[in-house]
Amino acid sequence: MKISVTVTLKKDVLDPQGKVVKQTLKNMGHQNIEDIRQGKYFEIEINEKDKEKAKKIIEEISVKLLSNTIIEDYTINYK
Amino acid sequence: MKISSEIINKHGINSKEYKKIVNLIGRDPNLLELGIFSAMWNEHCSYKSSKKYLRTLPTKNSKVIQGPGENAGVIDIEDNDALVFKIESHNHPSFIEPYQGAATGVGGILRDIFTMGARPIATLNSIHFGSPSHPKTKNLLSGVVSGIGGYGNCIGIPTIGGEVKFDSSYNENILVNAMAVGLTKKNKIFYSKAEGINKSVIYVGSKTGRDGIHGASMASAEFDDDADEKKPTVQVGDPFTEKLLLEACLELMKDNSIISIQDMGAAGLTSSSVEMASKGNLGIEINLNKIPCREKKMTPYEMMLSESQERMLLIINSGKEENAKKIFTKWGLDFSVIGKTTNTKNLVLNFDEEKVADLPLTALSVDAPVYDRKWKKNSNSNKKNYPKNYQEKKLYESLQKILISPNNSEKSWIWEQYDQTVMGDSIQKPGGDSGVIRIHGKNKGVALTVDSSSHYCLANSISGGKQVVCEAWRNLISAGSTPIAITNCLNFGNPEKEEIMGQFVETIDGISQACRYLNFPVVSGNVSFYNETKNKAISPTPTIGGVGLIKNLDNVMTKNFKEIGNHILIIGKTLGHLNQSEFFREVLNFKEGPPPDTNLFNEKNNGLAILNLISNKLVSSVHDVSSGGILLALSEMGIQNKIGALIKLPKNNVKIHEYLFGEDQSRYIIEVKERNMKKTSKILKDNNIYFEKIGITQKSFIEIKNILKADLNDLEKLNKYWFNNYFNESI
Amino acid sequence: MKSSVIVFPGSNCDRDVAVALEKFKIKNEMVWHDEVALPKCDLVVLPGGFSYGDYLRTGCIASKSRIINSIVEHAKKGGLILGICNGFQILIETGLLPGTLLRNKKLKFISKNIFLKVINTDNNFCTNYKNKNIIELPIAHNEGNFFGNNNLINKLEDNNLIAFKYCDNKGKIEKESNPNGSSNNIAGILNNNKNILGMMPHPERLIDPLLSGEDGSLLFTSLLKS
Repeated sequence: MKISVTVTLKKDVLDPQGKVVKQTLKNMGHQNIEDIRQGKYFEIEINEKDKEKAKKIIEEISVKLLSNTIIEDYTINYK
Repeated sequence: MKISSEIINKHGINSKEYKKIVNLIGRDPNLLELGIFSAMWNEHCSYKSSKKYLRTLPTKNSKVIQGPGENAGVIDIEDNDALVFKIESHNHPSFIEPYQGAATGVGGILRDIFTMGARPIATLNSIHFGSPSHPKTKNLLSGVVSGIGGYGNCIGIPTIGGEVKFDSSYNENILVNAMAVGLTKKNKIFYSKAEGINKSVIYVGSKTGRDGIHGASMASAEFDDDADEKKPTVQVGDPFTEKLLLEACLELMKDNSIISIQDMGAAGLTSSSVEMASKGNLGIEINLNKIPCREKKMTPYEMMLSESQERMLLIINSGKEENAKKIFTKWGLDFSVIGKTTNTKNLVLNFDEEKVADLPLTALSVDAPVYDRKWKKNSNSNKKNYPKNYQEKKLYESLQKILISPNNSEKSWIWEQYDQTVMGDSIQKPGGDSGVIRIHGKNKGVALTVDSSSHYCLANSISGGKQVVCEAWRNLISAGSTPIAITNCLNFGNPEKEEIMGQFVETIDGISQACRYLNFPVVSGNVSFYNETKNKAISPTPTIGGVGLIKNLDNVMTKNFKEIGNHILIIGKTLGHLNQSEFFREVLNFKEGPPPDTNLFNEKNNGLAILNLISNKLVSSVHDVSSGGILLALSEMGIQNKIGALIKLPKNNVKIHEYLFGEDQSRYIIEVKERNMKKTSKILKDNNIYFEKIGITQKSFIEIKNILKADLNDLEKLNKYWFNNYFNESI
Repeated sequence: MKSSVIVFPGSNCDRDVAVALEKFKIKNEMVWHDEVALPKCDLVVLPGGFSYGDYLRTGCIASKSRIINSIVEHAKKGGLILGICNGFQILIETGLLPGTLLRNKKLKFISKNIFLKVINTDNNFCTNYKNKNIIELPIAHNEGNFFGNNNLINKLEDNNLIAFKYCDNKGKIEKESNPNGSSNNIAGILNNNKNILGMMPHPERLIDPLLSGEDGSLLFTSLLKS
């Protein structure tokens, strides 16, 4: 089963990288880019046929490793 | 509208303090004003539990230009050069989010340096973790080291020294103390005192977000089971923006545009505006609509208490604003005139054309509570207390155990993650007794060290406080520098407990005694209280950052044995004090008994004699004898060049374990060429310095005739083993 | 000889390399990244540091600077370009040098002195290493792992475009002496015309016996010769 997880910074947390990417795009002429937040994308292939079981495992690894829950949120995308 | 007592409580203000607030301002504060008081009156900003005792520390000598009370301390290092330095803690945030906590700790201390007009030229750090077997330690250690490196390397400032200690007392309360040193000219020092009425108050740097609101309060609260709930208060550091801020500030400081400048650290805009105005005995009025905000719909409360990083507050001379704006815009930073100085002596805040706060500055600063907390004497045990059968321990195996222990292991795993040579002036990198930085473009340098001895302080706080200052002094002398002054970071548990307050009072006593005697004053620093979780406090940990001057870099000294066939002398008498030694603690797991006391008379004389020998070019290597005693010191001197020692034990009444592992203070081991022995002996004798000739240098082995023979290659392998093994990496 | 050291927001070895250039009597000017044109010069230096904080990809944002066009023109005309550490990363992002620089194999920043074998001494940067081709220089980087596919690596080897390889103190090139996992121990490469050198180690940090060595000096004296 293929599942992807997107990890993003929590809403009020500073994103130094996104800030610089946005400014660079503006300098490159893209004046209508309002904001950019940089995150991470994980594509996971899991050997588990039971959807509920798979969901639980992905939740667990998202909390325990993939995201730093102090400053990040995660979204699980089931394909 | 009166605020509920629950909210007042949550702001860390007790009922007595609240009554005082009402008295001072003549009414109940509104929520914003309460928040402001909460930030300014908490321990971290007001020093309410420590002020009484901090005032007793010696803070002056002929080289001190600025003592405590400014962003950092400043000393004269001759030739119109001035050195700006300070050490500060960032303990609680680093426990919660180790990378960002440590990173923003480095960011904060760097700002304290360049806010005074000095380009930072070196950083050091002292980090303390729980027992290696504790489940949190590994992640905390690697996170903190990554964070320090991630921030410091990005800005391009070399990390030239440090220490890492492990002890179970830090299991739930790690310590991250960051020190920074900067260089400027004597006539180019910038202060935070506001001057002049109706001057523009200008905000520069990053935009303000909701980061760390009430971080200063967090530093003044112990952790409990809800430490997780403190999560949103951790700030994210942006070292790139800090580098831009550094360059922009230094560029602006080239002329005389700036009247005063203050960085926004703990309690952000609140503390910086209050401190600037109250130091200058002025008032300040701020229009909060002018604050550059990162998030939408920020409230005045959020703006005033935000701890967003990489921001400064400036007061600029009339007519120079346009040029200043140009500079900050060039470097891509926000620049906003947010208010002005007034003659009301009040902090006035306006938002959406309404006055939202109006407080007398004295209430927030000089009238903040100062407590005289009850305390209990702690310096009781002076009785020697030895475990049975310690003499049965084999010497070589004991040395091995000490060398392979985490506290005594070689720490290149850590400091190779820090750039040590950027800026091209690193004369002595981490691993020696002190780091040495050349003053750019000149042939002089400064030696820098950071030291702590928490187990000594726990056993006897007065002795411990004395000892740690002397340890720093000795480390500076071993590098060939004349010690000038120190900065200190005082890390303790809950001061509302008599035992902890006692540790604090007595440690300060010890520190004062040593500083006074050695003419080695405190010019800056901070206090971190409440390092305690579920009633378990850390061992008292005063961290001392020492600075010394090397007038001519031809006289830099290192600790590694240089040549075979040279004499080895030990300066200072060995009586064999074993309590609190590495031998007892690591090999016998015995932690009781008093620490070694330091005889200040001997400390001073021995140190000055060493400097005398170094300046007369009579010694080839110097190393102070401290933790681990003579045997460890000899090993450390031998490992790099694989030149060891052949030792013949002097005839005295000291038993062998006592002699080799005793941690008596004020001692040095020196290497002297045959042709320099006569002059060396004369200088030592003329100055009444006790010394012993203990052997000669030889190839490959640390050897005590008929007793011990250790191959330096083996000792090196042991000493480099621990960190790589802990992190499962091949060497 | 005249040089221009390009300063990007976040560069932090610009002063260090300027000091080195001036020490060896190369007339130097600091050039802000946002300038449109380079001053007249023989050598352009892209210094080390963390331009733009290494955000997004290291060297990426700097490679979009206004001054880059002028630098590309300078390269086309055969002018000399030296990229050190972050400068090497920027040269790769602009396409002036091939390959890519990945995160160090052990995923940690590494700052230490390492040994290098000077492989190609037939270029303006390395002539003075002919008599001393095992040298010691400091490295200090997080992304120094030079990587290219087999075609590229073979091409670099066959055309003698590799300038430096990590080795041990006797010149032996092997896995143990490679600090960051780079392909074939590559520490620095040249372009086809050999007028552009990109290298991860910092020659400007070892130009003084007080700083534990002078192996970096030979690079600057080679430049003076050219």
